[in-house]
Amino acid sequence: MSNVKTILKNIGAARLIIILFLFSLIIAAAGVGQSMSVLASDSLVRFGMNLVLTLAMVPAVMSGTGMNFGLPVGILCGILGGLTSIELGGTGMGGLVLAIAVALPISAVAGYLYGRLLNMVKGSEMMIGTYVGYSMVSIMCIGWLLMPFKNPSMVWPIAGRGLRTTISMDSSFGSVLDKLWAFQIGGLTVPTGLILFSLFMCLLVYLFTKSKTGIAMAASGDNPRFAEASGISVNRSRIIGTMLSTMLAAVGIVVYAQSFGFMQLYQAPLNMAFAPVAAALLGGASTSKIKISHVIIGTILFQSLLTIALPVANVLMPEGNLSEVIRLIVSNGIILFALTQAGGGRE
Amino acid sequence: MPDIKPVISIKNVEKSYYGNKVLKGVSLDVMPGEIHALCGENGAGKSTLMNILFGMPVIHMTGGFEGIIEMDGQEVHILNPRQAMEHGIGMVHQEFMLIPGFTIAENIKLNREPLRPNLLGRLFGEKLMSLDTLTMKSDARTALNRLGLDVDENLPVDGLPVGYMQFVEIAREIDKKNIRLLVFDEPTAVLTESEAEKLLDAMKRLAAGGVGILFITHRLDEVMQAADKITILRDGTQIKTLNKADTTAKEIATLMVGREVEMRQKERAEQEEAPEGGREIAMSIRNLRVDMPGERVLGIDLDLYKGEILGLGGLAGQGKIGVANGIMGTYPTSGEIIVGGQELKLNSPKSSIAAGIAFVSEDRRGVGLVPDTSIELNMTIPAMVNQGRFLRHIGPLSQIARQEIRENAEKYIQELDIRCTGPRQAVRRLSGGNQQKVCIARALVLAPDILLISEPTRGIDIGAKSLVLDTVDRLNREQGLTVLMTSSELAELRLICDRIAIVTDGKVIDILPPDAPDADFGLAMSGVPVGTQSGGAAD
Repeated sequence: MSNVKTILKNIGAARLIIILFLFSLIIAAAGVGQSMSVLASDSLVRFGMNLVLTLAMVPAVMSGTGMNFGLPVGILCGILGGLTSIELGGTGMGGLVLAIAVALPISAVAGYLYGRLLNMVKGSEMMIGTYVGYSMVSIMCIGWLLMPFKNPSMVWPIAGRGLRTTISMDSSFGSVLDKLWAFQIGGLTVPTGLILFSLFMCLLVYLFTKSKTGIAMAASGDNPRFAEASGISVNRSRIIGTMLSTMLAAVGIVVYAQSFGFMQLYQAPLNMAFAPVAAALLGGASTSKIKISHVIIGTILFQSLLTIALPVANVLMPEGNLSEVIRLIVSNGIILFALTQAGGGRE
Repeated sequence: MPDIKPVISIKNVEKSYYGNKVLKGVSLDVMPGEIHALCGENGAGKSTLMNILFGMPVIHMTGGFEGIIEMDGQEVHILNPRQAMEHGIGMVHQEFMLIPGFTIAENIKLNREPLRPNLLGRLFGEKLMSLDTLTMKSDARTALNRLGLDVDENLPVDGLPVGYMQFVEIAREIDKKNIRLLVFDEPTAVLTESEAEKLLDAMKRLAAGGVGILFITHRLDEVMQAADKITILRDGTQIKTLNKADTTAKEIATLMVGREVEMRQKERAEQEEAPEGGREIAMSIRNLRVDMPGERVLGIDLDLYKGEILGLGGLAGQGKIGVANGIMGTYPTSGEIIVGGQELKLNSPKSSIAAGIAFVSEDRRGVGLVPDTSIELNMTIPAMVNQGRFLRHIGPLSQIARQEIRENAEKYIQELDIRCTGPRQAVRRLSGGNQQKVCIARALVLAPDILLISEPTRGIDIGAKSLVLDTVDRLNREQGLTVLMTSSELAELRLICDRIAIVTDGKVIDILPPDAPDADFGLAMSGVPVGTQSGGAAD
């Protein structure tokens, strides 16, 4: 009995509620005649394509800057990398690698500057981060119009300049990871390459947290005064954490876009920080403590919920726009619920 | 005088926290117009007594107290600070409880403002009435005048000199019409000499007006100057209540510090033989100033000899805690520190660690530990970061060496007898004493030449205390580790130190041998070095 209690306590009330909600949705989905294998395949893809974005929370939280609400900064760098790769005619795996290779140095610089800024606003990183993200997205709205990209698949066809709002990646490196080593069992499609790549990123981050720099970073996040007294530069650790988070966001959006099949520009990255934050929180992280396992569990829960809620809402409310409204209510509701868990369930 | 009843009469009050008795039967009377000084070291039970008097929640949440408190001959039950106020007990706090942006008058009348009816007030009651600013100002003026303080009551408190803030606090208390007893909790601790002088005058003036005053202090010269009666507490026991006329500063000092228990003092026969000049200096400190809030160091010169344990004693707030923090660079520091012939780069914990100094902080939870991290990592993080140990290097990359870390932790867990479920337990879950041992282990893992250890036994139980002290003593004896130990507990300094420097007002007043008489320590703590007091206070 006490064993059951400790297990329940370890899972936590918040996660329990979400898991129950997920189960009731699955039952509802089965009830309205949805194909389980399709839903499972979709859930797997969404898990894989969002995992790296959620993973970007790890270095931010560990270094003590809280959840990285400035994720759009990294996302924009990733998009820039992807566009450059398409412009240069990158296709397939080479295109993906090129996109990441271009995105990393840009996001490193952006992350460094963003980290410098966060060091000036200790204590309100998350709010400042949100607005940094909003500002950068707005600035880049102008940027996308002015940048000298020429590839006809990306620019507005009539004007011949200015980037389109959504750019198809069919002809470049769309779905390269999803299709890599993909296989089918029954109706279930497993995007092996995508999931392996995302898990490999998790492994890299895990190894980093167990390195000298990673340990120093975790110590400065956990107790800055301890870190200073131990000869660790807290500011430097925070910059490293922010840089890594931004770089992961850049890689994350490239992975996301190849799976999604489109690069989304302009306003699209505006609210992209919320889903990863919510996923990490649902997984059991708090704004001061996070583990890789939180990221993986949280992404599975959050993305499965969204995947399954949509078709259920569609069937229950077939009237035009109503299902879209329900979908928004569900996804934002989950995000809201997750944000109330930001304290890690402490009272 | 059979008619005059004491303002307050405390009868045989006892109090224990979780089975640990902190007050063991204290009785004292304060007559109207009397200044009654309450003296004792830190931890003697002064603040507990005050908490009882004010009905602070901490008392009632821990099971209340034994004994009787009478006011004007009537037994009273004070269950919360509000009731204390209603009974006419006022308190002047050590830390200022003032609102910086408000004016002096507003602070004095805060929450007791005279009101003027207006339209909203008539409709919705008292809470929405206007403040009667004119009455407020004149009341404030009256209170300030009683204290002899000539300052514009319209000035904001922000930016006033510290001494004035203290007076505003007092003015707030005496403005309460029914005030019978005023408690001053170390009111002169933050004042300059002339301000303190003024404050004592104000106290005397108030007493002459019939208010009873309880004056908590450790400055014996002030006691001798202002008090009528003196009660001395030590370890929760009431040692003696004396009339000022019958005693001397030296007697009070002895009573404050003296220990009935016979101390097992360190044998240092072999060290006595070494000529004083020939001893090697491990660290030389010149004109050290440390800007640590509440523990300012204002210019200290000190030499730490190789292989000795130098104690830093003194009362709380006098600056002894700041010294080690300054050497370590955790608070803004200026001055000069020479370690092993090299000048130490100040304000840089990294260089201090590189110079072979390790620090066990007095703030165990705040600075000493990474609470949610395992014991083994807590012990090794500084060694990893500063010395590159406990790491496996793969080219430019590194990974922590789990095996090595585990073995190291197990070694220290055994050596220091750390009670835990294993090296991976989070230190947050450990008891205070065991956390302290983890802190010590972390310092020792750095293999330091000099160990700075501050308040090593604060908040840990007796058994752990002696183990911690024995460990420091043993390391010093067996490995020749040089130790600078800061402690509020004089007894433990006298137990293991070779020399004890007493810090008062941010300066080293005196360096005493551990077997120096109690009176010398007591006087040094009140700011009088042994050399100057001979004759004066003794007769």
